Amino acid sequence: MLKRLLPYALKYKKYFILAIVCILTETVFEMIIPFLMADMIDVGIATGNQAYMIRQGVIMMLCAIIAFILGRLYARFTAIAGQGFGAELRRDEFKRVQNFSFKNMDHFQTSSLITRLTSDATIIQNAICNGMRPFIRAPFMFLMCLIFSLMINVRLSLIFIIVSPILAIGLFLIVSHVGPLYRLMQSSIDEVNTVVQENLNAIRVVKSYVKEGYEEEKFEKINEELRQHSTDAFSTQVLNTPLFQYCMYTTIVCILYFGGQMIFNGEMQVGELTGFLSYVLQILNSFMLLSNVFLMVTRSIASCERICEVLDETSDIVDTKSTLVMHKGNITFDHVYFKYKDSAKQYVLSDITLDIPSGSTIGILGGTGSAKSSLVQLIPRLYDVTKGSITIDGHNVKDYPLTYLRDNISMVLQKNTLFSGTIKDNLLWGNKDASNEDIKWACHVSCVDEFIDNFSHKYDTDLGQGGVNVSGGQKQRLCIARALLKHPKVLILDDSTSAVDTATEASIREGLDSLKETTKIIIAQRVSSVLYADKIVILDDGHIDEIGTHDELLEHNKIYQDIYYTQLKGAGL
Amino acid sequence: MAKKAQPQNMSQTLLLFRKYIARHKYALTTITLLVVLSTCISLWGTYSIKTVVNDYVLGGDIEGLMSFIMFMAIMYIIGATSTGIYKQLMSRTAQKIVKEMRQDLFNKMQTLPIQYFDSHTHGEIMTHFTNDLDTIQDALNNSFDIVIQSAITIVGTIILIFVLSWQLSIIVLMSMILMYFVIQYLSKRSKKYFKLQQDAMGQLNGFVEEMVSGLKVVKVFNHEDENMIEFDRYNDALRQAGTEAVAASANTIPAVVSISYFAYAIVTIVGGLMALNGTIALGNLSSYLVFVRQTALPINQFTQQLNFLLSALAGAERIFDMMSEEAEIDEGNVTLTRVKVLADGTLQESNEYTGQWAWRHPRNDGSIELIRLKGDVRFHDVIFGYEKNVPILKNINLFAKPGQKIAFVGSTGAGKTTITNLINRFYDIESGSITYDGIDIKLIKKDDLRKSISIVLQDTHLFTGTIADNIRYGKLDASMDEVIAAAKLANAHSFIERLPDGYDTMLSSDGANLSQGQRQLLAIARAAIANPPVLILDEATSSIDTRTEKLIEQGVDRLMENRTVFVIAHRLSTVRNSNAIMVLDHGEIIERGSHDELIHLKQRYYQLYTGQFELD
Repeated sequence: MLKRLLPYALKYKKYFILAIVCILTETVFEMIIPFLMADMIDVGIATGNQAYMIRQGVIMMLCAIIAFILGRLYARFTAIAGQGFGAELRRDEFKRVQNFSFKNMDHFQTSSLITRLTSDATIIQNAICNGMRPFIRAPFMFLMCLIFSLMINVRLSLIFIIVSPILAIGLFLIVSHVGPLYRLMQSSIDEVNTVVQENLNAIRVVKSYVKEGYEEEKFEKINEELRQHSTDAFSTQVLNTPLFQYCMYTTIVCILYFGGQMIFNGEMQVGELTGFLSYVLQILNSFMLLSNVFLMVTRSIASCERICEVLDETSDIVDTKSTLVMHKGNITFDHVYFKYKDSAKQYVLSDITLDIPSGSTIGILGGTGSAKSSLVQLIPRLYDVTKGSITIDGHNVKDYPLTYLRDNISMVLQKNTLFSGTIKDNLLWGNKDASNEDIKWACHVSCVDEFIDNFSHKYDTDLGQGGVNVSGGQKQRLCIARALLKHPKVLILDDSTSAVDTATEASIREGLDSLKETTKIIIAQRVSSVLYADKIVILDDGHIDEIGTHDELLEHNKIYQDIYYTQLKGAGL
Repeated sequence: MAKKAQPQNMSQTLLLFRKYIARHKYALTTITLLVVLSTCISLWGTYSIKTVVNDYVLGGDIEGLMSFIMFMAIMYIIGATSTGIYKQLMSRTAQKIVKEMRQDLFNKMQTLPIQYFDSHTHGEIMTHFTNDLDTIQDALNNSFDIVIQSAITIVGTIILIFVLSWQLSIIVLMSMILMYFVIQYLSKRSKKYFKLQQDAMGQLNGFVEEMVSGLKVVKVFNHEDENMIEFDRYNDALRQAGTEAVAASANTIPAVVSISYFAYAIVTIVGGLMALNGTIALGNLSSYLVFVRQTALPINQFTQQLNFLLSALAGAERIFDMMSEEAEIDEGNVTLTRVKVLADGTLQESNEYTGQWAWRHPRNDGSIELIRLKGDVRFHDVIFGYEKNVPILKNINLFAKPGQKIAFVGSTGAGKTTITNLINRFYDIESGSITYDGIDIKLIKKDDLRKSISIVLQDTHLFTGTIADNIRYGKLDASMDEVIAAAKLANAHSFIERLPDGYDTMLSSDGANLSQGQRQLLAIARAAIANPPVLILDEATSSIDTRTEKLIEQGVDRLMENRTVFVIAHRLSTVRNSNAIMVLDHGEIIERGSHDELIHLKQRYYQLYTGQFELD
C-alpha cells in the first residue's frame, strides 16, 4: 500500500532527500556533544587543562549552532516535501474521482468520497510531516549511540543489548495489537457520524414524529460502542509508556550497579559513566520515538486504504480517440438490455428497440421505477448498455469520443445541481464562450427571463452553495437554460419541469418546439408535458409497452388511458 | 497545532466543564496523585545519580551502593507501575467524559428549535461532533498528564539544580526563560500561518464538496478540465500555506534544543572551571549536567501541550455554546390522553387501549376538561415571517373541519409550506391564533401536538436501517402486520416485495438505493402507521407518477376518514377532490372554494388549471 503512495513523493524527491540529509547530519552533531562533554570532564578537569576545556566548550557551541541551522533547514524541506506530497495525492485523487463513471459513483457515498479527498489525505500528509524526523533519526541514533557506548565500554553495553530487544518486542506487540483496534474505533466513529448526519438531515421528521427520545437511545447505543472501542484502542496504546519506563529504569539501575563496580575496580572513569548513561537513555528513547511513529502510521493506514480504494477504482467506460462527427442526431436503440450491477438477476431495461429520428420530440411516460431515467442515461454513456447497442447517425455511441458525445447531447438530470457563483457563471457551464445574446436566447426559451428581473443583480446574482437562493422551479428552469447553451444535437429532459408551474411549462415547450434541428427526449409525469410529442413511449417495468402518438395511445393503450384520465378526471372540459 | 482560536471566555468554559470533571473526580484525583508520584520518582532517580557517584562510588562504599541501588530499584518499580495505572485510568476516563459530552450534545440538538437548523449549516454542527470533540479527547488522552508532569519536572528540576549549585543554575534558569520566550514567539508566528492554512483548507474542502456532490452534472457538461484548473488553484494555495505553517511550527524544536546545548556547553565550561577550583564536587557536576540536559524536553512539552489544552478548551467552548442555545419553548400544559366514551356521551380518562383520545385541558380553577380529539384546525388572522417585520403570511384565516381535505395551491414561495410548518409549531406565529379542536396550539404540549399530526415532506428523509424499521418510525411498537398494512395503504408493498430482502432490505445513506418515488411511498407508509387525526402532505407525491398516485389516493382516501388532511401540490390533479382549495399568492389566500367553484370563478385557479391542459 505504501508503494501505491510512493509515486506522489517523486515530484518532491529532492526535498525529501535534502530533509533526510539534514536530519542525519543534525543527529551526528547532537551525538558528538555528549562525547565532548565526557572528554571535558575526564580529560579537561582531570588534567586541569583550562584551555583544553574552553576549546572543547566552544566546539560544543559551534555544534549547537550548526545543529540549529540544520534543524531549520530540515523543517523547511520537510514542510515542502510533506505538503507537496499531500497536494499531489489530493490532486490525483480528485482527478480520479472526476473520471469516475456513474457506475463508479454508485459504489461510493458522496460524503465518504469527500472525506477521502479531504481529511484522509490530510491525515497521511500529517503522518509524513510529523513522522519523518523520528523515523529517520531514531534508527540512526540507535546505531550511533550503540557505537559510542561500545567505544566507551563494551562490557557495560551488554546491558542494553539485553534490554533493547525486550523493549522492541514489547513495542512491536503493542503496535500490532492496536492496529485492528483502531479500525474498529474508526468504523464506530463513522457510524456515529452517520447517525448525527441523518438526524440533522431529517430533523423535521424527527420532530414531527416526536422521536427525540428514540433518537437519543439510538445514539446512546452507538455512542457507548464508540466509547468501548476507543477505550480498547487507547488503553492498549498507552501501555507503551510504562513498558518504556520499566526498561529505562532497569537499564539505569544496572548501569549504576555495574558501572559503579567498574569504577571501584578502576576500569572506568566517572565521566565515562555519565556519558554512557546518556547514550543508553537516548537509545531507549529512540525506540520510544519509533513506536510513536508506528502508532501514527497505524492510525493513518485506515485513511491509506480508503484513498487507495479511490485510486484503484477503474472507470468501466472506455473512451475512444476517433474523430467521428455527429451530423444529425438520429438515435437508434437496438435490442438494448441494461442492469446496474452485473450480479443483479433482473435487467432494469429489457429488449428496448426504439428509433428516434433527428429533430423529433419523443415523450417517455411510465410509472415510478419503470426505468425511464435509466433509458436516457444510456445515450450520453453515463452508463454502458449491458447487451444490444445504441447508435447515433449509424455509429455506435461507444465509437464517439466521450467528450464529443456529451458535448453534443445535453441532459438535464432529474436531481440537478447549481454551483456556487453567479447565475451567469452557472449558465456558462453549458458553453463558456456563450455571448450575451446567446444567454438571453437560452433564458428566453427556458423562461428564466420571467424571473431574472426579480433578482437585484440579474444574471450576476450570486447563488449560494447548491443554488439555495432560488426556488425549485427556478432552479429547474436555470438547468434547462444551461443545457440549451450547449446547442446540442440531442436534448434530454429528465423530469425537468416537475416543479415549474403549468403555464410556464407550456411556454418552455413552445420554445423547445422551435429547435427544429435538435432531437428532444422528454421524460415526464404529466401527460400535458408530452402531449404534443411526435411519439410517446410508454415504459412499463423496463419494457416498452407501446410507442405511438397521443391519439393512437389514447385510443387503445391501457396505461396511457389510465394516466390520461387520472390527470383529467373532473376537469369538466 | 495551534489551528484553533483561543478560548474567548475561559472561566465560563471551565465552569461548565466542571460538571463533567465532577462526575469523575475520584478517578481524576487518583490520576493526578499518580502523575505526581511517578514524576517525583523519576526526578528523584536522576538526582540520586549524584548520591551514587559521590557518596558511594567515589567514597568506595560497596555495601551502601548495593543497598541504595536496591532502594532505587524499588522506587523505580513503584514509579513505572503508577505510570501504567494512571495511563490506563486516564484513557478510560477520557473516553467516558467524551462520551458523556457527545451524548449531551446530541440530546441537546434534539431539543433545539427548527430556526437553529435554518441558521447553522450541517457542516457547522457536525464540526462540534467531530473536530471539537476530537481535540477534547486528544487533550484528555495526551495533554492532561503531560502538562502536570512537565510542570512538576520544570519546578522540580529548578529546585534540584539550585540545591546542587546555585551559581550554575542561574545560567540554566536564564536559558529556560529564553526558551520559554522563543517558544511563545515562534508559536504565535506559526499560529498566524495555521490560520491561513485553515482558511485555504476550508476553501478547498468547500470546492471539493460542491463538485463531488454535483459530479454527475460535471460529467454531463464535460466540465472536468475546468474543475481541474480550479482545483489546482485551491490545492496550490493550500500547499503553500501549509508549507509555511508546518515549517514555522517545526522551527520550535531545533531552536529549543540548540539553546539547551548552548546552556549545556556554558555550564560545562563554568562547572569544569569550578571543579578545578574545588567549588563543586565532580559527582555533583556530572549529576548536574544530566539535569541540564533534561530541561529542554519538559519546557517544550509543557508549551506544546498547553497549546493543545487551550485549543481543546476553545473546542469545549464552541460545544457549550451550542449546549446553551435556547431549547424549543414548550409552555403548553394540554396533553393527549386515552379516554373511554361513557353511555351519556361524556368522556372519562382510561388506561385501556380504547382507540379514543382526548385533550386533557387543566383549567385555571384546577378542574380538568376533556376535549375529544377530532382534528379541527383553525387559523385566525395569522401573520408570520421568518424574520421580524418581513411577513411571509398575511392575515390567513382558514377552517378545516375534521375529515376535510384542504389543499394549498400556488407558485413556489407563495407560503404553502410555511402554513403547514405553523400547525405543528416548527415556527411560532407573530400574531393571530391557531387552534386545534378549539384549543390554542400554544397551550398544547408540543410533543402531544405533534403526535396528533403526521407530516410527509417533499424531501423524503429515511434512516439507516431496514425498510420495516423506517416504516415503523411512525409507531415504534407496530407489529409486522401493521407495517405491511401501512405499506399496502401507501402502495409500497409491491415494490418492497420485489427488493432482494423484502421488508428486511437495509437502506443506507438516506435511502440512496431507492428511487425518489419509492422513498416517497415509504414516507407515506410511515405517516400512515402513525395514525394521527391530522395529516399534512407537502408535495408528498411530486415524484410519484399519477397512476401510482391514484392508487395511493385510494389508500389516502381510506386514511382520510375522520381525519383532517392538508395537501400541498403542484399537480392540480392531486388536489381536485379536496373539500376546499386555497390559492395562495405572496402569503395571501386570494381564492378559496371547491374545485368546481373555483373553475366557475374563472380566476387564478382556472388559469392554472387550464394552463395545464389547454385541451379545448
